[in-house]
Amino acid sequence: METMNAEIFTLTYGSMVRQLLVDTEDVEEVNKQLDKMGYNIGVRLIDEFLAKSKINKCVDFRDSAEKLAKVGFKMFLNTTASVTSWNAEGTECSLILEDNPMTDFVELPEGCSRKLRYCNLLCGVIRGALRMVNLNVSCNFVQDVLWDDPVSELRLKLISTGAENYPFKDDD
Amino acid sequence: MSLARLNIVDRPLPKGKSEVSLSAFAFLFSELVQYCLANVKSTGELESRLESVGVGVGLRLLELLCQRERASKRDIRLLDALKFVSTTLWKYLFGHQARDLEHSTTAPDEYMINDYDLFVNKYISLPKDYASLNCAAFVAGIVRGALDGAGFPSRVTAHFVPVQGQAKPKTVILVKFDASVMKREERLPS
Repeated sequence: METMNAEIFTLTYGSMVRQLLVDTEDVEEVNKQLDKMGYNIGVRLIDEFLAKSKINKCVDFRDSAEKLAKVGFKMFLNTTASVTSWNAEGTECSLILEDNPMTDFVELPEGCSRKLRYCNLLCGVIRGALRMVNLNVSCNFVQDVLWDDPVSELRLKLISTGAENYPFKDDD
Repeated sequence: MSLARLNIVDRPLPKGKSEVSLSAFAFLFSELVQYCLANVKSTGELESRLESVGVGVGLRLLELLCQRERASKRDIRLLDALKFVSTTLWKYLFGHQARDLEHSTTAPDEYMINDYDLFVNKYISLPKDYASLNCAAFVAGIVRGALDGAGFPSRVTAHFVPVQGQAKPKTVILVKFDASVMKREERLPS
């Protein structure tokens, strides 16, 4: 895949978040907007992922999460996440981001710690992309290096899987 | 003490060699354009919103590049500042120098940076009712931010200009310096 300087990406994202903060003046609203933008991206990004990643079909949610963390993050953000803390049913896990290019150069404004989920775009992307492969998930930040936590942690929860019965309804 | 606890200015400057996929940027940029498109009435308004996001990037790039590549030196003369934009900054952004830097023959305070195929326009096709839009307004914002930060307030706009014998139009970044800049420049020895 074609690549570009990561810092321009980082700074553009940062400038966008700043613009959102200025426009809405409400941190919760910014989180929502970022998630929405991410969802739109995810819905389209999955196509490119499936076309170019050359992965085999995922057998279960565990497999999907693993591929998301190892292949997906590598492909687009050139970093990887590790998948940990599975619950007993295999429907919930945590993605630990060791190195997230989006948080370089970033310092949250005062009073935004624990409120502004700076990388919420990522949650939206994951939700949108998995939605397109029939997995309804929720995705949330529970730890963030920008909140002075030691790592960034995304909690991924499988809510339901869409039916894969033929014939598919087009208007779904 | 862990790195995360250190204040951001006390941490070492990243080397800046890491890369992300161009698609990741294209996706982000398209969402940014979509967002800016909401609630605007004209193309000009959309461009000015894109530009204001670019300014934030330009300001930071100026600081970053001056620290990293120029050993903390910053140009104080108009031409040097422009050269910094069209060579160092351009190389950093696009991987090559700008095609050329032109001085307007009619207005002494206007300069033009010409180039083809800026990556921001790579995956953009314009609908008919937005034919005059150039998403390089974002790049114009970066240029304005970098010049502003260096003490050269200016008005920067991006335009498509058709070139004879070429299928694609070239992108012209037009820089019009503030009157105060021109006055200061006149006072300085040449």
